[in-house]
Amino acid sequence: MNSAVKVPLVHITRRKNIVWYRAWIVRVVAVIMALILCGIVTMLLVGANPIDVYKTMVVGNFGTARKIWFMLQDLAILLIISLALAPAFRMRFWNLGGDGQALMGCLGATTIMILFRDSMPNWLLIICMLLAALFGGALWAFIPAFFKSKWNTNETLFTLMMNYVATQLVAYFVVFWENPKGSSKIGIINQRTQLGWLPTIGGNKYILIIIVAVLLTVGMFVYMRYSKHGYEISVVGESEPTARYVGIKVRKVIIRTLILSGAICGLAGFLLVSGTDHTMTTTLVGGRGFTGVMVAWLAKFNPFFMVITSFVLVFLGRGASEISTMFGLNDSFGAILTGIILFFIIGCEFFLNYELHFRHGKNKEVQ
Amino acid sequence: MKNFKKVLALLLAAIFVVGILAACSGNGGGQQGGGEQGSEEQGGGEQQTTPEEGGEQGGAETTLKVGLICLHDENSTYDLNFINAFKQVCSELGLVEGESYFIKVNKGENEECYQAACELVDSGCSIIFADSFGHEDYMLQAAIENPDVQFCHATGTKAHTENVANYHNAFASIYEGRYLAGIAAGMKINAMIEEGKITPEQTKMGYVGAYPYAEVKSGYTSFYLGAKSVCPTVTMLVTFTNSWYDETLEKTGAQTLIDQGCVLISQHADSMGAPTACEAAGVPNVSYNGSTISAAPNTFIVSSRIDWAPYYRYAIDCVKNGQPIDVDYVGTLETGSVCLTEVNEAVAAPGTVEAIEAAKAEMQAGTLHVFDTANFTKGGETLTSYLADVDDMGDFAPETEVISDGYFHESEYRSAPYFDIDIDGITILGE
Repeated sequence: MNSAVKVPLVHITRRKNIVWYRAWIVRVVAVIMALILCGIVTMLLVGANPIDVYKTMVVGNFGTARKIWFMLQDLAILLIISLALAPAFRMRFWNLGGDGQALMGCLGATTIMILFRDSMPNWLLIICMLLAALFGGALWAFIPAFFKSKWNTNETLFTLMMNYVATQLVAYFVVFWENPKGSSKIGIINQRTQLGWLPTIGGNKYILIIIVAVLLTVGMFVYMRYSKHGYEISVVGESEPTARYVGIKVRKVIIRTLILSGAICGLAGFLLVSGTDHTMTTTLVGGRGFTGVMVAWLAKFNPFFMVITSFVLVFLGRGASEISTMFGLNDSFGAILTGIILFFIIGCEFFLNYELHFRHGKNKEVQ
Repeated sequence: MKNFKKVLALLLAAIFVVGILAACSGNGGGQQGGGEQGSEEQGGGEQQTTPEEGGEQGGAETTLKVGLICLHDENSTYDLNFINAFKQVCSELGLVEGESYFIKVNKGENEECYQAACELVDSGCSIIFADSFGHEDYMLQAAIENPDVQFCHATGTKAHTENVANYHNAFASIYEGRYLAGIAAGMKINAMIEEGKITPEQTKMGYVGAYPYAEVKSGYTSFYLGAKSVCPTVTMLVTFTNSWYDETLEKTGAQTLIDQGCVLISQHADSMGAPTACEAAGVPNVSYNGSTISAAPNTFIVSSRIDWAPYYRYAIDCVKNGQPIDVDYVGTLETGSVCLTEVNEAVAAPGTVEAIEAAKAEMQAGTLHVFDTANFTKGGETLTSYLADVDDMGDFAPETEVISDGYFHESEYRSAPYFDIDIDGITILGE
């Protein structure tokens, strides 16, 4: 230790390339380590058998046919919102307004559903609801995009704040259409007539939503990978000056992409209102606009990987809820386990991007 | 370093074995071979399969299974009140959590409630309860789809008009409990005048309500009338949070009322917000849903609450014996559904317990009616007739005459309250 140059204990360098299968081994190991830590935490805090806990998580998702459908529906909605966010993020536009955009979709669909239920045939009503939802979502994304492209406002804050505006708007209209008076809830809309409800396929209201999610996944993959728009998005994301240099109209790309992003969020809102819940509440989207950010990032904006990451998150969420029911625990315990697992999953991305070098031991890498 | 690698390899191998074991036992519990990929087709193929209750429990077919769906968890005083009663009755019946009784918490007033109800059906429950007003439509939907299971919804209004045989509403005559708690409040205010802490002109109470909805209005009006019965000059200021559970709003709501000169606070909202605000300001508090004495030892007077245990006992018994459950169940003082917590003698005025007991005896004898038209006015006039929207069809049209024999008949034409008259002496903040 007499050397003149002070070597830090650990120094971090960027990893150049990692073979895909090694990357996946690291991820799998991370998940397994997370599960082991969860097991230890479970035993220490609750005294339950961790294997039973994991079993309960699986049962919570796959226990019965009905549970599988619920899980797939949950997965589909989360995936759609994540897909909506992906192009914006690829463009390095931090759209944190997925919740608000989806809520505006809900509001658009609900408005048409309530105001025009008696004045047009059901198929037309559903189409109008869809258009209103797409418009609502797109509008909520267009506003921050417009300000960003015109005055370079901070889109992170802007989109975040738009969530609160949307929540308050929905709260206002919930009171406006409340039933019964004073209760601040709308309840199931058109429960008797089922006007504005998406048709069921074989008595199952989830299949259609799942089909939409599958189509959208493929569509988004093609759009981002093979279309001119997709190319422009990635160039703008890499470097705005470059994009400008090669003649891409950056402002136009930003606005166009955000309108798309918001409209797809609006679609998710439409599916919630027309497809499953048939009501509107301020918590209907349930933070999926934020969970979707994680889904999209973890999958590096690849729509097919997003299917996997959104499955992981939905699995953890539903599993956690099942744990709390079966073991008589608070929901928070499930949240702790989910937190541990996500910590490892996100943490391992660090080791995939960077290498650690320790001072002694001749630059031995850790992972 | 070589050793390190070996250890690491061993460790990893061990981890994999554990992982695989976990995965295997996990799949065994669910459906066979249900890997992540296969799940989609499997769901479609086995749509008609009945849940696996019979196979797992073998001979234990007689074991009754029951479920409860809650809007929040035990951090909400409202939900805690349901959870405690439910657990109490289940343990009386020898049921075990996670095996024969299930509690689903934090289920929103949307599709989540429906899904929770369906999952409870799949777990083999033969009777399912829900605790929040907004759960009603989703419970009803689940009831229609699962006719063999009984669905009991607390605080709802639709059972008596929807005619779904396995769907039931329940409530309690909690307005009587609130009236009794109001007596404690009125006596405290009288005592404060005697002690010279306030002048007789300052007899203003504050009330933090959730929604401007009949259930809340009926509650605060009966509380006010109870206080007024012992302190005739009392007035009340009401603020709404527009949420059943919002600790911050309830706290600031209570603080606003205190700043407006309210000398005593009560609430109908489910967090500890109002009691903690009262404790901080040293303002006496009459609570709801259960004792809040631990959070407010120096200001808590008494709390009224609905004890749901008698209803749970009754409804589960009905299922056991194959008897029909009341479409609208109203728990009363007699059934033990309406009760008061112990009075905090350190804060309450002397003689409070005796005064409450006397009024309670009168109520049970039928000589005291909470909504006696002689005791309140609207616009300076005594009411002789009032139409209430009892059959809650979404038409907002009142159709039932509820005043007769000199009093407003609350919770008689359906279990959920429908008293929604803005009476004199109560002011709503901002109006």
